[in-house]
Formats: sequence, C-alpha cells, structure tokens
Amino acid sequence: MFENLSEKLESALKTLKGDSKLTELNIANSIKEIRRALVAADVNYKIAKEFTDKIKDKALGTENVLNAVKPGELMVKIVQDEMTELMGGQASGINIKGNPGVVLVSGLQGSGKTTFSGKLAKFLKDKKAKKPLLVACDVYRPAAIDQLTVLAEQIGVPIYKETENKNPVEISKNAVNFAKTNHHDVVIIDTAGRLSVDEQMMKEIEDIKNSIQPTETLFVVDSMTGQDAVNTAAVFNERLNFDGVVLTKLDGDTRGGAALSIKYAVGKPIKFVSSGEKLETLDVFYPDRMAQRILGMGDIVSFVERAQEQFDEKEAERLEKKIKKNKFDFNDFLGQLNQIKRMGDIKSLMNMIPGMSKLTKDINIDDKAFVKVEAIIHSMTKAERGNPDILNMSRKKRIASGSGHNIHEINMFIKQFDQMRSMMQMMSKGKGMDKFMQGMPNKPRR
Amino acid sequence: MSFFKKFFSKDKEEDLNKGLEKTKSSIFSQITKAVAGKSKVDVEFLDQLENILISSDVGLDTTVKIIDRLEAKVAEDKYLNTDELNSILKKVIIDILSENNTVDIEDFDPPTGTHPYIIMVVGVNGVGKTTTIGKLANQYHKKGYKVVLGAADTFRAAAVDQLKIWAERSSSAFFSKGMNTDPAAVAYETTQYAQNNGMDIAIIDTAGRLHTKIQLMDELSKIKRSIDKKYQGAPHEVLLVLDATTGQNAIEQAKHFTAATNVTALALTKLDGSAKGGVVLGISDQFKIPIKYIGVGEGMEQLQVFNKRAFVESLFS
Repeated sequence: MFENLSEKLESALKTLKGDSKLTELNIANSIKEIRRALVAADVNYKIAKEFTDKIKDKALGTENVLNAVKPGELMVKIVQDEMTELMGGQASGINIKGNPGVVLVSGLQGSGKTTFSGKLAKFLKDKKAKKPLLVACDVYRPAAIDQLTVLAEQIGVPIYKETENKNPVEISKNAVNFAKTNHHDVVIIDTAGRLSVDEQMMKEIEDIKNSIQPTETLFVVDSMTGQDAVNTAAVFNERLNFDGVVLTKLDGDTRGGAALSIKYAVGKPIKFVSSGEKLETLDVFYPDRMAQRILGMGDIVSFVERAQEQFDEKEAERLEKKIKKNKFDFNDFLGQLNQIKRMGDIKSLMNMIPGMSKLTKDINIDDKAFVKVEAIIHSMTKAERGNPDILNMSRKKRIASGSGHNIHEINMFIKQFDQMRSMMQMMSKGKGMDKFMQGMPNKPRR
Repeated sequence: MSFFKKFFSKDKEEDLNKGLEKTKSSIFSQITKAVAGKSKVDVEFLDQLENILISSDVGLDTTVKIIDRLEAKVAEDKYLNTDELNSILKKVIIDILSENNTVDIEDFDPPTGTHPYIIMVVGVNGVGKTTTIGKLANQYHKKGYKVVLGAADTFRAAAVDQLKIWAERSSSAFFSKGMNTDPAAVAYETTQYAQNNGMDIAIIDTAGRLHTKIQLMDELSKIKRSIDKKYQGAPHEVLLVLDATTGQNAIEQAKHFTAATNVTALALTKLDGSAKGGVVLGISDQFKIPIKYIGVGEGMEQLQVFNKRAFVESLFS
C-alpha cells in the first residue's frame, strides 16, 4: 500500500505542475494518501488526521514543493522529517540513579515484559557494569515466576522471588530492601500483564509504584498493536505517569504505527526497542528509522543488521579462500542461498532496501525463486557439487532428468554459476572491484 | 433474542456483553448516534462510519467493502430510518463474516468421525496460546471429554511448566519431554499418547514465533507433518490464536501461518480489553477462515465459542 506512497504522491502532484503554488485544494489528495498510508501502518486514526493536518500546514509553507523535480518525494520527505522530529526529542536514557535505582516494568499481557526485563538486566550488567536484581512480581500467570527465574539464570543475574506471597506490593517492597542489604545497585521489577480497563489491577500497579517510588517506570508495548495503543498508553500514563516506552517484537514485519501514536498521545519518549528472543537484542530507539519503517520506505540499517545476524566470520573467511582459488562450489552456493533465506522472506528483505520497493512491487518474488536452483543442485552427486568442473554432457543429462528440467536450463544455470564464480574471484583479488565497475553503464557514485 | 439465548446461558451472555462493552459503546453506539435524526445515509455519516470502523482495526480494505455494500443496499432499499440502517449495517457485517462458508459451532464438542481429535495451536509471541489451551481443555473436560495437552513449546522459558499448571487446573492429561527437546517429536508422541490412552482430544501447544522467521515457520510445518505421520489426516484443527489488540499485522500473521500450517480456525483473545477486535472482520473476509473461539477474560471459564450472529447481535443490543 505505501511501498508506493511516494509514487502515489507523485501522480497526485503531477497534475499540479504549472500551478504556481500549493493550495489547500490542490494537495487535498496527497494529504489523503498520506493519511491512508499512516492508518494502514496502524497509526491511530485521529492522530493520523491531526498529523496530516500538520503536514498540510508545513507543505503549504514550503515554497518549492511544486517546483521540485519530484514533488512527491519532497512531500514524503516533509512527512518523514516531521515524524522523525515528533518521535525523537530528548531520549534521555533511563534513570537508575539511587540506592538502589528501581525500574518498574509495566504493560498489557503478552507485550513482552518478562523478556524485556531479562534483556535490560543483561544490558545493565554487561554494558553498564551494574549489579542488577530481577524481581518477579507476576503472581498471577502460571509459571511466570519460573520464566523469569530461567532468564535470570541464563544471564547470570540474581532473582528475588517470594513464591508463597501473592501480594506484589509487599514483594516489591521487600525486594528493594533486599537489594539495599545485598548491594544491588539496580532493581528491575517485572509485573503481571494487565488490561487498562481492569480497575483492580491498575490500582495494584499504582500501589506498587507509590510504595517503592521507582526511579524509572517503563511501559512495554507490542509494536504490532493497532488502534487501541493510544487508549491503553493513555490509561497507563494517567495511572503511572511513566517515564518511557519500550517497543517490543520489532523483528516482525509490522509497520509499527503504534510508536507514533503513543508518542503523540502521551508525549513520553520511546527508550528501548526490543526485538527477538535472544537476550542480546536490546537496542536504543532511532526515530528516523522508525519513521521510514512506518512509511514503508525501507530500512537499510535493519537490513544490514539482519545480514550480520546470519554472518559467520569463520565461514566467510573459508569462503574467501575458496573464492580466491576459484574453488567456490555448489555446496558453498547452496549454503549462501540458505543464509539468505534465513534472513527472512525475499520480498520483505528487498523492501528494506530504500528504493527497492519500486522495483519489487510488480514482481512476484517469493522464496520459491530458489526452488529451481536448489532442485538442480540437489540432483547432483557429492562429487559434482564439490567439483563443478567435472560436469560433462552425460552428467548434465542425468541432473536434468533428476531435477525435472531440460538440458538447456541446466546449461544456463551452470553458465550463470561460472560467471558468478569468476566475478567473485575477480572482486576478491582487490583490483577486481574497479575493473568490474568500469564495465557497468552507470557507475554508482557515493 | 431467542436465537441468542439458545447459545448463551445467562452468565455467558453477561461475560460476552461485558467483554464487548467497550466495543459496543465505542463502535455501534456511535453509529447509532450518527444515524439519529437523519433520514438517509449522507456523506457525513459514511465518513463517520469509516472513522469508526478504521479506529476499530477493521482495516482499510474491509472498511471500504462494508461501506460500499451498505451504500449499495441503501440504494436498493431506498428509504431508511435509524433502526433500518442499523439492521442493514448489521446484516452487511454478518454477511461478511458468513462468507467463509462455515457454520458456527454450537458448543465445545469435537466433530465426530475423528478420534482422537488432534488440535495444534499456533501464533506469534504473547497472544495467549497457552492460556487459550488451558481454557479450551477446561471446557472440553467439563463436557466429559478426555483431553491431553502436549507441551511442544520447548523453547520459551518455563513454557512447559505453564502448560503443566493448566493441565492440572483443567484435569487434563499432560505430555512433555521437557524443555529444549524436539517439538516435532513431542507433537508426534502426544498424538501417540492420545491414541494409546483412549483420549478424545489432544491439544498441542507450540512456541510463539513471529511469522517472518522462516526457519521457525519451517519448524512449524515440520511439527504438523510429524503429527500427520503418526495419525494420517491429523491435526484436524490448526488453531491460530490472534490478539485482539493487534492491528493490521494480524492479517500478515494469518497469511503466513496459513501458508505454513494451513490454519483451519481462529481464536481471538483479550476481547475484554479496550481493543475493538475489528481485526476479525478483515481476516474472516480475506482468508475465509472461521473464528471459532473468543477469549473474554482471565478466568478459566472465559473462553466462548464464537457465534457471528450472537456476536453482532450483542454488539447492537
């Protein structure tokens, strides 16, 4: 839908060329497109409207939109800048000063509080040289305390729990005292998930907050949350006056419009981004990346990160040696394919690369793109996979019938493979890159 | 109303009404307000309807569909008053929910002809899979079925313990091979356990996973295949659990989980919160998968079979 937001804006604004300036009337369509894109990204409807009104004012005040070579892109840039600014502001880190510093973690059921608590503890221990104490205050959900216990063990952080006590206010109080006597400088309190409409539970967390006076209260929210994000955040903020927001499960493909909605509605900074179940993946929040994501404009940084996640240094070294010797074989190729596949589905990966969405929108790329290649390689013998050069006519014939392709297709594939191999060899020899680029019609500049 | 009563005992009805109170007051009372005093559907009303549907997570496409149909109906049926408009709108929504050609189940009974009946439960992290399984087991148990719960979420910390507690609470049998074991093997052996021990129903829990993680989705397909290997044709039900709080991403979830496991039914959880649950309309509409259960509270009893007519009725009542 918004992969082509800038295109849509392009065509909406194209008709205006010749008009001397933007007017409320002639950008009405563009504003509507922007609003639709935001709504499809789960930005709250009302906020999308208010936000686009702002954009409208901004656009009307911008002289050169229509004169721009690509007015649509300029409009998108205005939107993006405005959104980045809105979500940014003073991201002040978390306050863990105090003796001990106390972090209260709150949120709805299933938002990822416990996993986040574990990640935060690890982060503080490894990166900030703190001595954190995890506190299990979810006395309701079955095995919630066990879950935190397991996480605590995994990261080597002590946990405070009272399995018989059903009063989280008492537990949290006792935990803070325990931390004082045992010289823990940060206490992280994991609470039960609660619905904002559950008066009793909301009262409970209010009581916890009042009794322990945390230095930092965080609201954890699932980045896939829809229109309701605003209401929930508003109620939690009303009751807890939280200091910051944690956005979880950003490793999915959600546009994450909730981030904009919440920041807009309660004005509190987004302090952490948590993606994945690995306890290392706690990240600070980048408003510009989030803006691009909401607008479906690709996120090159995430792309690189995902690639790095799959990157294995030793394997890369091994491959480089093989490439230099021109020994790159079908097994290596298959390994590479699998690595790419592990990064996510191809189309969503492509869309992470800015500008790529334009190219991919009409092409139906799916993960079956590799099926043919895989079938061919799988039809080879071990010897053939390791020594591409031994492929003669009779072997090719056998592979063709084995993989359900004709001999022509096999030849094509092998030819492509050879080309790729020699290209890689050229590039790996250093001088290669320049030479390689010279042959390209449009040498990219940076 | 009699139709409504047929499926819901008094307290169930109250739960549903309570659970949907928010939805009701925010969506449909607003519509009623918008309609009141107007003798026809004007642009202002449609605009407002659009706002309301979208802010209930119905999604752009389905919203447009509802509005188009409403307009077409209105053009056909000519004059309208508030009541008529309300019932037309209701009908349009029920129709959309009905297009998946499924009949609502009436109670917690597995279909006959498949014994034991194997259910595999899937979904992203934190939607409430395990809780839904516990509540579902409880309902089946109350109806006299013998149920075994299979702990194939061997990944998330303490997931096995959590399911075990639910097995105890719901008086179900429990099958586990412990944490960090092969989930496909657990699924296979749970099926075997159900077959060998005269169980009526096996419900297999799986680890929450984001639908974008290909390896994990492949693993899910494998779990499903391993069940089929033990018992051809099983699982008979692949239940995708969706969180009512989730926005448009739920549609992506439905798409990918269906691709990996051929989802046959949906459960919508956390409807007792302030989220509107409008996502149901969009998914039922696009994927033709029936909603089978709704979670309307934290209590053990607060899982209900979904009934579209009752659902929409209760929204308007």
